[in-house]
Amino acid sequence: MTQTESPAAATRPEPGGRPGALRRALDVVGVQNLSLIVALAVLCAVIGSQNSNFFLIENVKTIGTTVAIVGILAVVQTVVMLLGGLDISVGSAAGLTSVVSAMVFTSASSAAFGILVGLAVGIAVGVLNGVVIVYGRVNAVIATLATYSALRGLANLISNGRAQGYTGTDSTFVFIARGSGLGIPILVWVLIIVALLVHLMLRYTDIGRNIYAIGGNPTAARLAGININRYVVGCYLLAGFVAAIAGILLTARTGSGQPTSGSQGLELQSITAAALGGVALQGGKGGISGTVIAVILLGVLQNGLTILNVNSFWQDIAQGALLVVAVVIQQRRRGLRAFGLPR
Amino acid sequence: MQLADQRSDGQPAAASRLRAEGIGKSFGPVRALAEVSLDVRAGEVLALMGENGAGKSTLLRVLSGEHAPDTGRLLLDGEPVAFGSPIAAHKAGLRVVQQEPEIVPHVSVAENVYLGALPKRGRIVDKRALIDQVRADIDRYGFASMLDPRTPGSALSAAQRQLVEILRALTGDVRVIAFDEPTSSLSDHEVDALFGLIRRLRDEGVAVVYVSHRMPEIFAIADRVAVLRDGRYVGDRRVCETREAELVRMMVGRDLADMFTRDPREPGEVVLSVHGVTTDDVRDVSLEVRAGEVVGLGGLVGAGRSELALALVGAVPIHAGTVEVAGKPLRLRGPGDALRAGIGFAPEERKAQALLLHRSIRDNVSLAILRRISRLHVVKRGTEREVARTYVKRLSVRASSIEQEVGTLSGGNQQKTVLARWLARRPRVLILDEPTRGVDVGAKAEIYSIVNDLAAEGMALLVISSELPELLGLCDRIVVMQGGRVTGRLPRSEATEERVLALAMAEDLTPATGADR
Repeated sequence: MTQTESPAAATRPEPGGRPGALRRALDVVGVQNLSLIVALAVLCAVIGSQNSNFFLIENVKTIGTTVAIVGILAVVQTVVMLLGGLDISVGSAAGLTSVVSAMVFTSASSAAFGILVGLAVGIAVGVLNGVVIVYGRVNAVIATLATYSALRGLANLISNGRAQGYTGTDSTFVFIARGSGLGIPILVWVLIIVALLVHLMLRYTDIGRNIYAIGGNPTAARLAGININRYVVGCYLLAGFVAAIAGILLTARTGSGQPTSGSQGLELQSITAAALGGVALQGGKGGISGTVIAVILLGVLQNGLTILNVNSFWQDIAQGALLVVAVVIQQRRRGLRAFGLPR
Repeated sequence: MQLADQRSDGQPAAASRLRAEGIGKSFGPVRALAEVSLDVRAGEVLALMGENGAGKSTLLRVLSGEHAPDTGRLLLDGEPVAFGSPIAAHKAGLRVVQQEPEIVPHVSVAENVYLGALPKRGRIVDKRALIDQVRADIDRYGFASMLDPRTPGSALSAAQRQLVEILRALTGDVRVIAFDEPTSSLSDHEVDALFGLIRRLRDEGVAVVYVSHRMPEIFAIADRVAVLRDGRYVGDRRVCETREAELVRMMVGRDLADMFTRDPREPGEVVLSVHGVTTDDVRDVSLEVRAGEVVGLGGLVGAGRSELALALVGAVPIHAGTVEVAGKPLRLRGPGDALRAGIGFAPEERKAQALLLHRSIRDNVSLAILRRISRLHVVKRGTEREVARTYVKRLSVRASSIEQEVGTLSGGNQQKTVLARWLARRPRVLILDEPTRGVDVGAKAEIYSIVNDLAAEGMALLVISSELPELLGLCDRIVVMQGGRVTGRLPRSEATEERVLALAMAEDLTPATGADR
């Protein structure tokens, strides 16, 4: 099997067989990732041939900053899905922290304080999700569906449904939104750092390995002494924390706290990216690299359709179609059998 | 093989009901079956034997229409047949009773039996007729009092699920029926009923294929034995003309002089001490296991042995009683607590409860020691590989490398992977629940030898097994349970199959108090 998006299979095969360089490269990248990269290359070629502006540095930066927010959410969504869960509330949590951080900033006139309170709210939301799932024994989809709705309501309630505060003149928020380091926008840096940290955690630490184990076989994990409850709460906490970062980035980009605009739909986009990147919905399979490539693919698709002047409603349709096609191909390759047949 | 030989008792050979000719089947580079030819006659019970991975399951899948063979053909009553699907095979009168049946949890036994062919009045399912029908079936096939047609699928024991699967296979016109290790979850009482049924089917002219690892069953029920090894047909023997040793030699290609290796043991201090443990399923159980000692837990399926094990590892709550490891009482809030105290557990259902099937052998072996081989949470990969290689080698797990996916290993090698996990962890007490279930003869002997080695190294072992020869061969003492209580304790010198069985089926439920502890 070449399920190489997982750390297990991505390690080099035992010496002795001496596989060719191409084979080894394929083992490192993985068939899943490779097909995404090919799709990405084809897409770039098609869009670029229609409009050469697509390849301009400025446009590449635009794509980068556009995917940053959904990107970090897709990364934590990957972690939650690997565990066998799902977090539908990330978009609402981002909206809530966006509003809270902007409002706290306005009243305390301190960007740092606004950001800290925002992060704290995100962590609290994550812990709430985790506790309800673990101790309330509620299905993850239902639990986060509930917070999805409740947090959205809360964000609208405290903001009266309107944009809050104005951060467009604050140097910290402006730096986050438009600054850059080494020629790379700060937003993209945030994505790179979050993705890298989570990637390292999943691949090299016992924590990451236990997450894969819990998603793969929770009974085996529990009998091997892994404290599943702690992991579930921890992963949702991480999801809440990163959702808060997303909310703060949102505030910085739009210049004000947004209860819904900008954050609506992020949960579905993050799930789409993770699934497209090869993360199994039943948990235990997948990795960050696939998700990140999928995020870029979706960003390029969106950008390409925009610069080719395609009606924006088509973008959603294209995204949905891409997801279905990708998952169908994946399932075929895995040789998954029709419903109800014995394995 | 000869296809039309005379029976040794002079009777003319019955007509071949199902004949396989030169069946070959490969999965990618793995050749599961090569040039297998055999026939099953009407009115005979043909046992199919072979180690795990010998190709028995693949052959059954070909017979049931689940796999199309790459080469060769099937003849049913002399007519070539090709089944495109299990449904086509079913229509032609072929049935395979699966070892791990799929049962719909939220509908009744009756509906599970007639799934897809429910009796209807108009478009409405006639529930009463259905239940009556299934109750009649249950009585007719000799399973009375073992199964209630109204029980929901989710409430069935493993044995009852097997019975449902058997009833299911018997609906409609049956010409060939294959049983894939049907007794692995059945108690002796149920096995008797099953054998009665098989004999009746045989006498009615059905061709019966019986796959099992259990020698006594083969000799009790089969007329003829066909042996597969490494996907090839080795030969067949009439049961009355062969012996166990010959069949084992045919299966493994070598002599298995003695399955049980046994070094002299000097049991040391008491390591595990269980006193008056009571849970939902277990009542007032007390037992002790010493260092370097193997204690067996005997009893019928459903006697509460697995439930006791789950309680000892903190997986189900204990209402009363104490569990001590090396004299220290434990507070068990979960398996983590038991593990930290030094109790390891290899559960009965290794695929569902122990293995990460999509992960490598290395991942599976290191699962319980990740923390130990990590520094600042970073897993030391070199150490991990070394540990995995060490135990894979020591247990002779047959795999291409430690990176091979566990789901692709045979049952015996999967079980050895589970054992490797616990050898790596080195618990003080290791509880093994049916350690050789679904494991071939060769791997069985290897597992016995591992248990012996662990005891010699001073580990305390508690072994649950429904196979009496295994209990008697492996254990220093046997504690027998029935209905959630301990009904007797036998030291090795006094243990015989009959005595264990008598205690396992004892009518008198007064618990034998721990006089001989």
